[in-house]
This record gives sequence, structure tokens and C-alpha cells, in this order.
Amino acid sequence: MAQRALPVIGAILVAGLVIGPVVAVIWRAGGLTSLGAPDYAALWFTLWQAAVSAAVSVALAIPVARALSRQRFPGRSLLIALLGAPFILPVIVAVLGLLAVFGGNGLVNRLGGAMGLPRMDIYGYHGVILAHVFFNLPLATRLILQGWLAIPAERFRLAASLDAPVGRLLEWPMLRRIAPGAFAVIFVICLTSFAVALTLGGGPRATTVELAIYQAFKFDFDLGKAATLALVQLALGVCAALALLLLSPPDGFGAGLDRLQQRWDGQAGAARIGDVAWIAFAALFLLSPLAMIVLAGLPGLVSLPPEVWWAALRSLTVALGATALTLVLALPLATRAGELAGLLGVAVSGLVLGTGLFLIVQPFIRPAEAALPVTLMVNALMALPFVLRILRPELEAARADFGKLAATLGITGWTLWRIVLLPRLRRPLGFAAGLTAALSMGDLGVIALFADGDHATLPLQLYGLMGAYRMEAAQGAALLLLMMSLGLFWLLDRGGRAHA
Amino acid sequence: MLDLQGIEIAQDGFRLSANARFETGFTALIGPSGAGKSTVLNMIAGFLAPKTGRILWQGQEIGGLAPAKRPVSILFQDNNLFPHLTIAANLALALITRRPSAKQQARVAEALERVGLPGMGGRRPAELSGGQQGRAALARVLLQDRPLMLLDEPFSALGPALRAEMLDLVARLAGERGIAVIMVSHAPEDAARVAVQTALVADGTLHPPRDTGPLFADPPAGLRAYLGTA
Repeated sequence: MAQRALPVIGAILVAGLVIGPVVAVIWRAGGLTSLGAPDYAALWFTLWQAAVSAAVSVALAIPVARALSRQRFPGRSLLIALLGAPFILPVIVAVLGLLAVFGGNGLVNRLGGAMGLPRMDIYGYHGVILAHVFFNLPLATRLILQGWLAIPAERFRLAASLDAPVGRLLEWPMLRRIAPGAFAVIFVICLTSFAVALTLGGGPRATTVELAIYQAFKFDFDLGKAATLALVQLALGVCAALALLLLSPPDGFGAGLDRLQQRWDGQAGAARIGDVAWIAFAALFLLSPLAMIVLAGLPGLVSLPPEVWWAALRSLTVALGATALTLVLALPLATRAGELAGLLGVAVSGLVLGTGLFLIVQPFIRPAEAALPVTLMVNALMALPFVLRILRPELEAARADFGKLAATLGITGWTLWRIVLLPRLRRPLGFAAGLTAALSMGDLGVIALFADGDHATLPLQLYGLMGAYRMEAAQGAALLLLMMSLGLFWLLDRGGRAHA
Repeated sequence: MLDLQGIEIAQDGFRLSANARFETGFTALIGPSGAGKSTVLNMIAGFLAPKTGRILWQGQEIGGLAPAKRPVSILFQDNNLFPHLTIAANLALALITRRPSAKQQARVAEALERVGLPGMGGRRPAELSGGQQGRAALARVLLQDRPLMLLDEPFSALGPALRAEMLDLVARLAGERGIAVIMVSHAPEDAARVAVQTALVADGTLHPPRDTGPLFADPPAGLRAYLGTA
């Protein structure tokens, strides 16, 4: 039956798209003996920065989440909604925003300089960690806030009536359960974060394995070494994916985080002041780079060079193509087994896939010619695990609720998708499409390996402008990229909600 | 008539055996919750295969058929209508999965009139009251035009008066068309109201149906235990 075959075909396609490049990497990789001291330093830095970034993110998220869980203030829902935004924020845009705040001529240095403080430099390992905390503090806060909100209200009431210590009795056990999972998720994310290391890292003390792969391509033209490094990154990714599979941490897409529980603890003066300070810190830290992007970008937006517009058009095409491909792959794969197949996307980072694909296509065509299709495909595979996580529960619910009714009416196969399942999945499909499009729009990864000036996407073009110190054009392009990413997400997500 | 011959159901530690003949007309299945009343309906409708035994309709084996190929229509406890489709589109699915012809649309309109919902075809299920949703689902089942109708407590969320009204409507419309009905209920008064025959499901057994009046007048031990009349 065609219906049965589809998930199998989808799984084989995904596996082939992943395994083909991986085989190419293994084929071409030299032994570990070909790695030198700088490569081991890159491996060590990759692990170290991921651990520090995850630890700092979780440590800061705990007081912020506690404050959000127990204080009522205007703008609370909006702030919690904004905590979801970094997920769809292009990394390079955020980096530019962080530069505007923490960079050499940024706000902090200008204020600090006026007060006679020493200048702070954002380039290097602390810049990488700062950017990772910027991206993952919101995620950690969401995960931990979920834990707080999952404590039944009755327990807080009971604790209040007994005047029992809420922290030791309720909060500490919850944190011990939730925080390790949050740490693990962020650790894995930071293992494969390429664009941050590309823009803020570099040098002997701040090069990650992925950045080393890129440098082996771009500066050494040493494909064998790139493949060996990709193999190292692959091993990291497989270990990380296995760890995540065992821990099965929450995913942070949970709705209803803006609920407010009735709380009796933390309402005294000192606690309130502390909470307000934490919330203000988080809001300022997260919002000031975004505000700077908008403010600094407006002047450049009106006089963008034509190559930026062309790059924007290419990015839009890739984003929409990746979205279509992801959904086509995700619908038949939205099963438990399919979700495991999608995990391949976690284990194999975009740059590893890119390395393999480069090795495959390079004997036949100029890699730059393949830049856009390869980026589209890799983006689709990268988004697949998230999309499957969003779609699977909804698809299962639709089948549970309406499967019998459809069966008695003889609605099966394609007709079942057309009449029942797709209409029931409209909202999650819109949300998943929005996420994929925004992720793809802002992706600065595999494209950096393949493209030249004629095939650059908007993020890569933006990186080129930054490298050429054309800051006004870069800031204008950053604002354009921000608007396109958020705009795509908003349009697609809203499309799923209309008339629903 | 429906024959259940040598049926044994076993799933997850639950067991039920059935040897029973259902005459055409209105039959109620009563018994304690968890006894397997809905399981019997699910088996007849084709959602659950018995371990052994045969299901015969008018002497023809129907046990191996897909749900839609059986001479059976069913009303579930809930989710009887697709919420994203209009009532008319929901009803049309009983006839065709593509765009209905003018003639089919007329049949849909006629079915709506028959259950007391004239002109309501353009609305979504959420725009209807619980009782109206029950009527719309009933109209859909009538359009399916199957000789055996299964009711899995579809009106249990309605108040007593509305439920009685719906049961009377089902009994009347099914009677007019000669459709046999098997209804699951945990309310003996529902059975007494509309069911010609009643069968007890208890202690892992579906007992053969008996005429409702005499059965309640002189209940056997199993039924007495369920009803609580010592």
C-alpha cells in the first residue's frame, strides 16, 4: 500500500541524505595522527566553551525564572513571549547587536570609558560565551520556568499554611530534576554553534572544531584535514545525541508559560526588589542588542547596495524551499521511529553534512554552483527534529480523536490527509513552517563552505560586509535580515491560525 | 439479525466471551463500567478483532471486513463530527469524499430537516449546542444508510430530558427505516425507554439479549447485582 511505503521512503531519503555525506567524510578522513596540537586545542575549546556557556546560562536562568514565576508586573506576558524569540533570531544579527552593546565602540565601553573603567574586548572566548549565553539564557529560562509552573498550586498553598521553606521543600527538588536536562540541551546546542565562533572567535584560544573545519577549507585548502575534523565533530555529535536520548529533556516549546500561579512566598520587600532586579537585568541584556540593531540599521536600510538585495532574494528562495522540503519529509515521518530518524539531524551538524556534500560534489561541479541547493537541503534536515517534535503529538491526537470516525466513513489514504489530518494540523504546520523558514533564512553555516560572492545568502553577505568594515551597510542588512526572518515566521505562523 | 458465535476477546488482561443473537429492532447493552460494553461495539464495527469466533450479519460473515465495508454505522461518545468542516460537509462525507453533486446536497438538506435542523448546514459543529450536534451526527448516520446502527453512549453528555428526546428520535427514525440498533448504556431507564431487548454484559460474558420488560420485571442474579435490587 502506498500509504505504508511513504514513511519508509521518507526515512530512507533522510537517512541517505545524512549517511551519504557521512560516508564521504569517513572515506576521506585521515587517521587521527594527521591532527596537530591546534586541532586538539579546538576540540578542548569546543567542549570547554559549551560547558561554560551552558553552566552560565542555567545559573542565570534560575533566579530569572523564579522571579518570573512569582511576580506579577505589566509586560510579563510580553517578556515571556520574547524569551522564545532568540530561537528564530539570525545568529549574525544577534552578534551585530551584541557588538553594538559590548563591542569596542559599543554602549558598555562608551559608558565605562566615561567612568574611567578599562575597555572590554568582545572578540575571543568571552565573546563566544557571551553570545551563547545571550542565545541560551532565554531557552534555559523557559525550561526552568516550565518546571516552576509544573509544581501544583496546592503545594505552594500547603507550604504557605505551614510556613514551610518553599525553597528547600519544593524548588530545590524541582531544580535538581530540571536543571541537568536544561544544561545538557544547551551544551549540545553550543557544541555545534558555528556562526558565533566564526564571527567572535578565532585564534589559538577561541577556535571550535567547526571553525577549524571551515579554516581547513578556506585557508588551508586541505580537504583531508577538513574531513578528519568533521569526523571528530561527528563523534561529538553522536555522543551528544545519545546523551539527549537518554536524558530526554523537555523541549521548551511548551505553551501556557505566561500563566501566573498564586504564590505566598517571595512577596516580602527584599525578595521583590531582588526579583525585579533579575527581571530588569534579563530584559536589558536581551533587549538592548535588538534595540541597537533597529536603531543602527534604519539609516543603512534605505541605501543598501544591490548585492544585498540579490542575497536577500536568494535567502528567501532557500528558506521557502527548505520549508517545503522539511514539511514533505516531516509529515510521513511524524511517528516515534521517524522522530528517532530525525535525531540524526542533531547528531550530524550542518557543517559535517556540508563537508561530506562538498567532498561528493567537488569532483563534478564547482562547489559554488551547488551552494544554494546544498544549503536548502541541509537547512531542511537541521529543522527536521524540531518540526517532528511539534507535529508528532498533534498528528497522534488527530488520529486518536478522528481515526475511528474516518474509518467508518471509509476515508483512508490520501483522502484521510486531505479531509482530516492536514486540516487538523494547520496550526502546528504553520508554526513549524514559520520556525523552519526563519531558521533557514538566518542560517550562516554550510553556505560559508560553498558560496562565493555570486551565490551568497543574506547572512553570508552580511558577514562579508562586516569583514570589509562596511558597518553602515552591514547594520542595514542586519535589520533587513531580522525583518525577513521574523516576518516569515509571523506570516507562516499566522497562516496556520487564520479561521482555525 | 446479528450473530456472535464463539467470540473470545482478549486484550491487556481483559477477557470477554460472547454467544448471542441480536434480532432487528432496538437492543440495549447494559452492565457495569469496564465490563466491555464498548468493546463489543468496537468489535462489531471492526475496530477490534476477536481472538476467535465469527460475526454474522443476515448469515454472512462480516468479521474480516474493514469498518467502512461492514453493514454498520456508529455514533461514538464524542468526535462524531469533524470540527473544521461545516455540518453540510460533514454529512456529505457519508455519501462521497469529493465535492457532492446537487442531488447529494439535496439529500443532505433533507436529512438535516428530518432531524430537526433545517438550514443549519452552513454552520460549524462548535456553533451548535450539544443536542444539535447529536442530531447532526444522527443525520450523518442516517445518510450512511446502513442496516445496523451502533450507539456508544453518544448522548451521555446531555441532560436527562434532552437524552430521552434524542433516544426517542433515534428509535422513531430507525424504526421507520427498519434499521437495527444496538445501544450501549449505563442507564437502565434508557434501556427501559426505547429497547425492545436488553443484554447484560458482566463478569466477562455478553449474555444473550432478552425482552426488556420481562427482564427488568424479574432480573436474573447478575442483573440484580448491577441494578442494586436485592
